[in-house]
Parts: sequence; C-alpha cells; structure tokens
Amino acid sequence: MIPSAFEYERATSVDDALAKLAATGATGKFIAGGHSLVPLMKFRLNEPTTLIDIARIPGLAGVRDVDGAIEVGAGTVHHDVATSSLLRQQCPVVAETAGTIGDPQVRNRGTLGGSLAHADPAADYPAVMLAVDAEIHLRSSRGPRVVPASDFFQDLFTVDLAPDEIITAVRFAPVRAAAYAKLYQRASRFAIVGVAAALDVADGVIRSARVGLTGAVSHAVRLTAVEEALAGRQPTSEVVAEAAQLAGSDLEDVAGDIHASETYRRAMVPVFAKRALDGALARLPQR
Amino acid sequence: MVGQRIKRREDPRLIQGRATYVDDIKIVGMEHVAFARSDIAHGRIRSIDTSAAEAMAGVTAVLTGAQVAEFVGPVPIITPFPSPDHRAVVVDTVRYVGEAVAVVVATDRYIVKDAADAIVVDYDVLPAVVDTEQAMTGQPAQLHADFENNLAIALVPSGTGVSPDGQTVDDTAIDKAFADADVVVSQRMVNHRLAPSAIEPRGTVAHYEPGHDKMTIWSSTQVPHLLRGFIARMNDMGEDQVRAIAPEVGGGFGAKIQAYPEDYVVAGLSKKLGIALKWIEDRSEAFLATTHGRGVIGYIDIAATKAGKVLGMKLRLIADIGAYNTLFTAAIPTFTTLMANATYDIPAIRTTITEVFTNKTPTDAYRGAGRPEATYFVERGLDMLARKLDMDPADVRRRNFIQPDQFPYTTQMGAVYDSGDYTAALDRALQNSGWDKLKVERDQAQAEGRLVGLGLAMYVEVCGLGPSAVLPTGGWEHSQVTIERDGRINATTGASPHGQGNETTFAQMLADQFGVPLDHITIHHGDTAVAKQGIGTFGSRSQAVGGAALHLAGGKVKKKMAKFAASLIEAHEDDLVFENGRISVKGAPDSGKSFAEVASYAYVPVVGGAVQLPDGLEPGLSEEAFFEPSNNTYPFGCHIALLEIDRETGEPTLLRFVAVDDAGNLINPLIVEGQIHGGLAQGIGQAMIEEVRYSEDGQPLTGSFMDYAIPRAADLPRFELDSTVTPTPVNPLGAKGVGEAGTLGSTPCIVSAAVDALSQFGVTHIDMMLRPEKLWQIINGGQS
Ligand SMILES: Cc1cc2nc3c(=O)[nH]c(=O)nc-3n(C[C@H](O)[C@H](O)[C@H](O)COP(=O)(O)OP(=O)(O)OC[C@H]3O[C@@H](n4cnc5c(N)ncnc54)[C@H](O)[C@@H]3O)c2cc1C
Repeated sequence: MIPSAFEYERATSVDDALAKLAATGATGKFIAGGHSLVPLMKFRLNEPTTLIDIARIPGLAGVRDVDGAIEVGAGTVHHDVATSSLLRQQCPVVAETAGTIGDPQVRNRGTLGGSLAHADPAADYPAVMLAVDAEIHLRSSRGPRVVPASDFFQDLFTVDLAPDEIITAVRFAPVRAAAYAKLYQRASRFAIVGVAAALDVADGVIRSARVGLTGAVSHAVRLTAVEEALAGRQPTSEVVAEAAQLAGSDLEDVAGDIHASETYRRAMVPVFAKRALDGALARLPQR
Repeated sequence: MVGQRIKRREDPRLIQGRATYVDDIKIVGMEHVAFARSDIAHGRIRSIDTSAAEAMAGVTAVLTGAQVAEFVGPVPIITPFPSPDHRAVVVDTVRYVGEAVAVVVATDRYIVKDAADAIVVDYDVLPAVVDTEQAMTGQPAQLHADFENNLAIALVPSGTGVSPDGQTVDDTAIDKAFADADVVVSQRMVNHRLAPSAIEPRGTVAHYEPGHDKMTIWSSTQVPHLLRGFIARMNDMGEDQVRAIAPEVGGGFGAKIQAYPEDYVVAGLSKKLGIALKWIEDRSEAFLATTHGRGVIGYIDIAATKAGKVLGMKLRLIADIGAYNTLFTAAIPTFTTLMANATYDIPAIRTTITEVFTNKTPTDAYRGAGRPEATYFVERGLDMLARKLDMDPADVRRRNFIQPDQFPYTTQMGAVYDSGDYTAALDRALQNSGWDKLKVERDQAQAEGRLVGLGLAMYVEVCGLGPSAVLPTGGWEHSQVTIERDGRINATTGASPHGQGNETTFAQMLADQFGVPLDHITIHHGDTAVAKQGIGTFGSRSQAVGGAALHLAGGKVKKKMAKFAASLIEAHEDDLVFENGRISVKGAPDSGKSFAEVASYAYVPVVGGAVQLPDGLEPGLSEEAFFEPSNNTYPFGCHIALLEIDRETGEPTLLRFVAVDDAGNLINPLIVEGQIHGGLAQGIGQAMIEEVRYSEDGQPLTGSFMDYAIPRAADLPRFELDSTVTPTPVNPLGAKGVGEAGTLGSTPCIVSAAVDALSQFGVTHIDMMLRPEKLWQIINGGQS
C-alpha cells in the first residue's frame, strides 16, 4: 500500500502539461484527482515515473454555457458537477449522476476527465455521456480532436485517447428529459448496473431516445434496441416499460463477480433502464 | 456530573488531528520494518530468494522464518486448549494468504516496502482448506500434523447433564425435552466472517536501549499491560524492563487484544539490532494479518409446546478458526455456549463446540466475541418457532423469560445472571416502536405488494469481565487517584480506552466524588509506567471494572483528605462535605477550606512552623485500588427493526431501528448512546453488507474497502434509542457495560425482519448478509 518512487510536477497550462508529459518519454502520467490512479499506484499495478498534476490548470475546471451547449471542463470535480446550477436547471441528469459517485471525499477530488480517461467498467459518467451524446474534446501536440462519446468508450479501461493526449472538456446540448438510475455496489458505491436515459420529445411523440448503460459489460454501451423501440412512440410509462424489457437482452459477456452474478446483473439491466426512463418521463414539461 | 450528557473531552484532539498515534512516534536512528507475506493459502516453502532485497541501498537486514525463530519463540496463546506450533514468521509451511514469510529492516519506509516486494518465494502449492465442514473430514488437506481432520477442538459438550469437567454426559433430560415437544424447529445458520476494520490499522514501535537493558514498546493495543508481559517473556526480560505504551488507539474491536507476530518480531529485532524499529500495518495487510471475527456455523434445534414454551434446546457450533489458534481464539465459542440460555428459562440445553482449522486468517475476538453468535442463533431460532406456531414473536419471548424475582439466576449453562427485567425492556421497545400499529402497517404494505417486514430480538450479554477465575490474565482492574498539591486531580486507569470515552466518564465520577470541576481532573491511561497495573479494555469491562477500581481508589484518597481537612478546620471528618471546590462542615459552607488549601496542607503539613500530621498519617494524597468483581455483569435489551425489500432488485432498506438497552446505571447517557450507535452500525453492517469472502483456493476476495463494505452514516436510519435501568449488584457503580451491546440484538432482528418480508415466498430462514441478489432469488422463486 505504498507506491514505488515517482517524481511530481505541476502543470500550469494544457500546453505545459503536454510538454511535461512528452519530456518523460512514455513513463509519466497525468494526475487529476488521483482517485483512480493513486489506488493503482499503491497496489503497484501502475508505476509511473513522473506524475504531472493537472488539477490546478487554470480554466480546466468549470461548467459553462457555450452558445447554448454546455461545456464541462475535464478538471471539474464531481461535487462541482453535482451542484452546478447550470446543469441542475438545463441538464439535471449530469449533475444527478455526479452526485451518485462514491462518497463526499471522492466527489471533492475526483474529476470528470479522470473518470473518462480511466474508464472503469462500472464508472457512472460514461453512461450519461452516451445518453446526452457528448463530444469529448482532446488536445495533443498535434492539435485538438473531438470524439463523440459513442466512439470514445472502446473496451475495458480502454478509450479513444492517445497516450500523449489530454481530455480538455466535454460538450453537449442540454437535455432536460433525462435521468440516471443506478444499482449501487455497497462497498465502493460504483455501479453494478447504471442506466442513463434521455428523451427527445416533440408534439407528444418521442423523436429519439438515447440510453447508455454502464457496469454490465467491459465498457459503457448504448442500449440501441431500447432506443429504437421508443422512437416514434408516445412518452408514457407503458411504452417505456415495454421498451425497457428489451434492455440488455442482446448483451454478451455480462460481468459476474462477488457482488452480482452474471444472471442477476443481466436481470437488473431492464429494471434500471425502466427506472431511468421513468425518471426522464418525469422531467418532461407538464402539459 | 454522573448521569449527565457531557461531550467527550477526548474528541477535540481526535477530530482535529492533534492526537498522537503509533505512527506519529519518531525516535532518532529509528529504522523501519516490513513483512513479505504469502500470496498463496497453503504451501510448503521450497526456497526464498532474498538477494535482491539484501542488495538494495538502505536495507539493514533481511530475515527468513528460520532466522527469526532463533530469537522469537512460538506465538503463545492463553486458552487452555491444545495449539499447533505457530511461528511469528513461517519456517516451512504457509497456511493463509498474508502470513509473514520474511521480514526486512531498512532505513526508510519506502525502501523497506520495496525490499519486501523484492523477496521471491518458491512454493510447493498444497490444496487449500476453505470449506469448514469439508475440512472436518480432513479434506482436501490437513493443516497441522497433530490435529487430525483439522480439528482444533473435536467436541466440547456443555449444558444440562454434562459434568463441569465435560467428562460425563447424561442425555436423559435433553432427550425427554425433545420427546415431550409438540413442535421442533431445526436450522443450520451461518454467522459469517468479518474483518474488524479499525480506522487505525495496527502498528508497533519498539525501542530497546542496550545501555539500560530496557525496552519501550508503543503499540496500537487494547491491553498494554498484557502486551508488556508477553513481550518481556518472549525476550527473556522482566516486566520491570519493559514499558508498553498504547498511545491514541484508533479503534480495536477486540482485534487489538492480541500480541501479534509482528509485535514479537519488531521487539525481538530491536533488541537484537539495538536500534528503534517501527512497523505500521497498511490497510491491505490489515485485511489479511489482523484477526477476523465470527465465522461460526450453528445447528440449532428448539423443542417447544404448542403454547410456545421452550422445553429444550440443542446448539451445535462449528467454528472456522482459520490457520492458527491465536490468543483467545479457542475460547470465543465458549462465550457463545455460556450465553445459550439467552434471556430464557430453558429447562434443558445441550451445546457442543467444534473448532476447525482452515487456510484463512485466524479468527479471534471481535466486538461481542461469541455473544452476538449466541444471540443470533437463539433469537433466530425463537423467531422460527414463533412463525411455526403463528405467534407474535414478542409473545414467544415473553412466555419464556427468566422473571425478575429469579435473579441472581443460575442458567443451565452455568452463568449466574446478576439482575434483569426482560419484560420491562420488551414492553418499552414494543411501546416505543408502536409494535401493534407497525404490524398493521406491515400487513397493509404487504397487501399493496410491498415487501415490508418486522423483526424483534432480545439479547443478554456477559460483560464486565470478570472475576479472576474466568480470565487467565486476572479479571481485576486497577486505578490510582492522586490529589496534587494544587488541588488538581491525576488519576490512572489500567483499563486502556480506545474510543470508549473513559477520560470523560471517569472524570465525571471523580468530579462528583470530590466536588471539583471536571477540568481539574486528568485521566491517564495506556502507559505501563504511568498506569502501573491493569488488564485492559475488552469485554465491555472498562466502566464496570475499571470504573469501580477508580471509585475505590478515589474513596480511599477522599478518606485521607477528609482527615487532613478535619484537622485544618477543626471538625470531625465524618461531618465534612466535598462541594463546589471546598471541604466544609455539612450545612456550613463558609466554615471550610478550599480543596486546594487542604491538598496543599497534605503535602506541606506544617502549622505554625511545626509538622502536624493528623492521626499519624503519611503526607501526600495518592491512593490506589484493585477491584476484583464478584461476578460478570449481564446487560440486556430488546431491538426492533422495520425493513423493506425492493421487489425488483432485492435491495433491503432499513426503515426503522428501535433499541432499548439496559446497561444498569449510566454514567454518561450521551457516551452510552455513542457506544450503542457504533455497535449497531457494526451489527447492521454484518447483517446487511459486511462479509469476508474467500475463493475456493483460499484467496481473499474482499481485500480492500472497494469490496469489503462497512456501513457509512448514510446506510443507517436514525436510531430510536431508549433505556431501562436495572443496576448490577456486582460493583459499587451499578453499571454493567455497553460497548458491545449493539452488535447483539441487531443481527437477528434484521434477519427476522427480512424473513418476515419474504415469508410469502416460503422462506423460514435467510443466512446473513442480506445480499440483494440472494433476496432477489428468493423473490423469484429460487432457494435461499
Ligand atoms: C472510494 C472510491 C469510490 C468511488 N466510487 C465511484 C463511483 O461510485 N462511481 C464512479 O464513477 N467512480 C467512482 N470512483 C472513481 C472516481 O470517480 C475517480 O475520481 C475517477 O474515476 C478518476 O478521476 P480522477 O480525477 O481522480 O483521476 P486520476 O485518478 O487522477 O486519474 C485517472 C486516470 O486518468 C488520467 N487522466 C486524468 N485526467 C485526465 C485528463 N484530463 N486527460 C487525460 N487523462 C487524464 C490519469 O493519467 C489516470 O490514468 C471511486 C473512487 C474511489 C477511490
């Protein structure tokens, strides 16, 4: 429970961070909140030679309105996301999701960028990033790059992020009718199953739905069968109940561990899909 | 002061980070110790390669088990049961993941960890013994050569018809009880393994000073005086040559009663190398190398009449004790059988104990130590009986209670219960919970399809341990009370608190005894050079035994002080009162002298230039006392839980928890409630979320807090507490002890509530913990 020796440097800007990382060869790592990285280092599962602290880069944290879209800086800690009034008003599902992460200590340190880069299969943010169709904004010495969330999460702890890239922010169009529902693992409070659902409703019809799932398989995925079953239907609880039944039926390699067997996890996917969809319905404007 | 809700005086320093723990101790020239530990459950060491570790800069020494065995003997136990050879560092065979295989000393904490990591051990892997009942057949392997079928204790019978030495067993009464019964309930129940998880892991600093031939050992221990003895004996030193200090101790829960292999090795190495050494356990090590608790299978059979009167009970215990017998291990199940009567007048009881070695971390005391197991098995059994007879669970209990006029009551198991009024505690809990209304609400909720259940449990605990006949360490406690010449009070206690709040409760007692302000009193503990004698804090004994010793010592010094005061005031000592910082004649407050003036006189007993010592007294005001209790104490209570299970997910939520506890007289109800809160959290944790698990090959699956759940505040409901007061006659305070109580009633009442919620699916028992998936399976027609 003591990491091996490492150097520590603090970056003053994104460019500085990239330069400092490049200077370490392939052996350094960014550290933001440290709430995924430091445990790995203590178990000596990850032994970077240099930590480049990006937590205090000016401008890397914060929730802002950019021409009607919402941008959350990669360095924003979970607590600040959970309590952002902009998000609470315009896109409550993101704030709600952040509020379910870990405990106050974790939420006061852990960052959005760190969570997305680490891509724990049971992390909460990935599901909601899929549901709000977020763009992940990246930077490297080669310049900026934007990856849609649906392409970003690729496999177990694997995302579309090059070793020399930094996540700078995520950006999405706010969705009010969206919600997150989660079955907690009681020790870590990660998601055994977590579903984020967002509905685009116009004229009493669901134009489209986006449903993201975390916890069940190696990385966050969209529940496309549910999304398709909802498109063009009326936003009623009967309709979502029916669509939720389809959640996860086509998933392969559902995880099983001491907290939840594969069978149980599989059974929980439609349950939490329905809860998330019901939550989204409840946020539709009352007619 | 006594009886008031005074905030703990120790808390500001604890919560502001101003307290000194073992890891805060620094000594010039001190080096650091780390252990290389087995990563397999069972295997013979073929070779150990320490060369890489030895080659590291800063490494002072690397020792294997054989080298350690040259100066550290087998780890002793204090129970009268046979024990296999237990080496502080393994010599040839590892028997659990986490067992030490080598030890490293280095100049720096980081280097020592790197070096321990660099040690390579090659094993002949042996099959791991994990399943307790399979282990009893000697399969799949044998842990210790002299213990056939892995039986540490083959079978110890006790109870009705069993002679005190266990040699003759007469089954007549127990057989008749079962023959006469209208109904019998039988169930196998598992009271699973737990990791004590003190917020401060263990740690030891040993400082042997060759010039003095003396050793000081700082350790995160509940029992500094016992540790002093163990360390002295292991190092061929006298108790005069060893000083043990328990600085601030961040929780123990029974797991810090032990003198551990690491303590012996660090002390022995300090002596061998002549330098101070520090070892601090890290959290991963704590899950593996600190003793676990519980891990007991109970087979219970209850014979009863149709009316719910229990005629007889059988309780067969099978304890998974892990790889070795440690300090108290073998005795823990004897507390379970001792308390098998619970709160009931049961005419015939037969218990047996079998203890089994497995390739797991050894078990030993954990908050409650044997009594929560007894409560769980018996109360769950009675709940099953109530369900079978379609009776209210409260009525079944009421029908079988030992009655107030039966105390002192000698149980079938040989315990002498000191005092009790079980009906009063039950009635109060029923009233506080609104039991009858709750039952209606439960029925309504169930009719609406909600899975709501109610559970109730009584408990009685053996505390205030105890007469010296029951503890091989001696069962007394010691205190010294000194009135200093400025009138301030220094008092010591051998009970070594580590979260119990005795600095506050003991000061409250002295403040009343002497009529002085609380902040004129300092309570010292946890240093054998300061608190000269002691046994320690465990078995909910610090108030009942330690507090009584303090009371006696205070009484002695008060008597002497009264003589000095009488001489100064020219009054009779029997007419004096100690009030508001003065000692004066009763009814004439202005007649007296200030407390400080009398104290000063006792130290400089000179009047008009001449020494004037009343009654030929010695100067000074310092007296000590040992208190030997005449019996244990038996606090009791009733707990009620209301629980709802999510039909879709199986997740249980505790909606209400009502507790009525009777710990006798309460010195500080606020601290008592704090103790109950902590105990309840741990009991509720066991029932609902905590469980140590191993894989089939003996690998721990819950080796960090990411997988081992302990309750957070948000996991618990607001506790609804109340108390009844039945003083004990066995000590002058009438206080019984409350440290462990919360862990007793909570597990059975929560499980009974879950069974109540799910009985519509045909279940009559569910083993803890209440894993959502397990409950979901029951809801979906699977077996529990
Ligand atoms: C007790 C506990 C409970 C937890 N519970 C939950 C939970 O319930 N749900 C949940 O989702 N998570 C949970 N977490 C994880 C938590 O959310 C982490 O904070 C988060 O996953 C990582 O964020 P961080 O800022 O701490 O990243 P760090 O640990 O600092 O970094 C993680 C990884 O991301 C890289 N990185 C960090 N920032 C960037 C960036 N801007 N660009 C590129 N790479 C970057 C680092 O190099 C590192 O590889 C828990 C963690 C703990 C310790």
